[in-house]
Amino acid sequence: MKGISTSCSIRDGMVCKDGQTVFENKNTRLPEFLLSVYEYFGMNYPRFYKMDNLSKLGWLAAEVLLKDSFSADTYQPEEIGIILANSNSSLDTDLKYYESVKDIPSPSLFVYTLPNIMIAEIGIRNNFKGESAFFVLEGFDADFMWRYVEGLMNDNILKACICGWVDLLKEEYEAVLFLVEKDREEPFLPFTLGSVNKIMAFG
Amino acid sequence: MPDVFISSDNIFSPLGVTTEANFLQLKNAVSGVKKHEDAKMSEQPFYAALFGKNDPFISTGGQNRYTKFEHLLIVSINDALQQGGIEAGDNKTILIISTTKGNISMLETAAINPALKERIALPVSARLVAEHFQFVHSPIVVSSACISGIMAIITGMRLIRSGQYENAVIAGADTISKFILSGFQAFQAVSPGPCKPFDKERDGINLGEGAGTVVLTSNRKYDRGIRVMGGSISNDANHLSAPSRTGAELSYAMTRSIQEAHLLAKDIDFISAHGTATVYNDEMEAKAITLSKLQSVPVNSLKGYYGHTLGAAGLIESIVSIQSLKEDLVIPTMGFEQSGVTTPINICRELQSAKLKNCLKTGSGFGGCNAALVLCKE
Repeated sequence: MKGISTSCSIRDGMVCKDGQTVFENKNTRLPEFLLSVYEYFGMNYPRFYKMDNLSKLGWLAAEVLLKDSFSADTYQPEEIGIILANSNSSLDTDLKYYESVKDIPSPSLFVYTLPNIMIAEIGIRNNFKGESAFFVLEGFDADFMWRYVEGLMNDNILKACICGWVDLLKEEYEAVLFLVEKDREEPFLPFTLGSVNKIMAFG
Repeated sequence: MPDVFISSDNIFSPLGVTTEANFLQLKNAVSGVKKHEDAKMSEQPFYAALFGKNDPFISTGGQNRYTKFEHLLIVSINDALQQGGIEAGDNKTILIISTTKGNISMLETAAINPALKERIALPVSARLVAEHFQFVHSPIVVSSACISGIMAIITGMRLIRSGQYENAVIAGADTISKFILSGFQAFQAVSPGPCKPFDKERDGINLGEGAGTVVLTSNRKYDRGIRVMGGSISNDANHLSAPSRTGAELSYAMTRSIQEAHLLAKDIDFISAHGTATVYNDEMEAKAITLSKLQSVPVNSLKGYYGHTLGAAGLIESIVSIQSLKEDLVIPTMGFEQSGVTTPINICRELQSAKLKNCLKTGSGFGGCNAALVLCKE
């Protein structure tokens, strides 16, 4: 049956997996916090250091989400998608890029001035090639996200999909991701609007 | 599943303020791309399709209430809505906005403080535009790099097919300022002259600004003869800024959208490609077209007329394709002389009159994203 296989949230200095706190490091500044998550989970992916903060946040949440919870080889790369949203688009890096323009415009910062680059970072890491989309909304719209992904599954466009909210501006950040699979025995939660709301509230 | 019809559309660009005016300019081989010397934007002269300082913007109430980006959206949506019978305020109508950078130029002219960060946020622009037309539902902003416009049409098609809405007003816009120009220059991606899509001598993009709107509906009363029949999105999962080496992922989106439209490759009468005129993009597209068995189908790129209009490109170019279907005319690829892609494809170089029924519109962008859309005449 269609279900939510797992969830992960990163907010307020805490990383939660399926609603349980798995790492905590409060009262640190954001870049140090993101690095501490990377190190705590023993990740080894040199590209991480090149990413902007938004991509780091989304990428880390996706790593924790998928770890021990997903067998990508069950699917074709085109059957796995990523649908994300936030409210500040890439403004955090836009500000940094425009600072660089006053000196020498930085191509490595410019590429991160698009929010869908975070989707590309997760896709490159996992070889996910299916439908992806990035929506910018005033706040997380659980009903919209649920209906949209439900439609993609029902129309056989995707069989697995990382969904959620990854927003960041300066020191304020919030990532909440969940994995929906079309045919999952004993899912963590049924894929309902209620489940999506619950994950957004409690991770 | 209900059929999805195009009930009306608008292109608001440096070439004209209506779809018809724009199409007439294209038929007459008029380009909006000009040489600009503007030290505020670039130390070197550059070629781009930009609005003039005195181009018409409607007066929309309080002074400075709307930015140029929002003005573009409002003017374009206004014209598209005036042609139809579809009401923005209808509970069954949703507004979808496509853009890459929205109000980003404000970083260049205003003090950076919390109020500015709030004003730049895309949902704020979307809300102001929605309130102007009294849309009932919160608008959706699609921001997926250069495929945003095509993706917004696909999103609208899906929301209508699912029965969630009966009508979708889909508008896209971007404006060009130093922020965007300097970034593409830093990538060495901007051509020193007018761009040359698919040509042997192609050497980069021209940027452009503009807006486009399509109004989709499942209400047969507003059927004007063109339907959105299929759409698909894929990702290269390969590189942030360089396209796929094989074109397989764009080809997947093309094939999938043609299947969704219940068509075969041989049914496609012309392709409106992305054709940015960078070396790698055009090469990848040629490979994808061939992989999809579409190598004999006439292909055009409209970047020589409009430049790359970013979040508006997918909309403006889809609307030109809709007009092509209506008038049975394929617009030639301005700037193309001699093929410079390793896989031979059929680049349209002269105005072609032919019976046209089915069009494939494609796009690709940063982040390795690809999109394809099938538009059909009844």
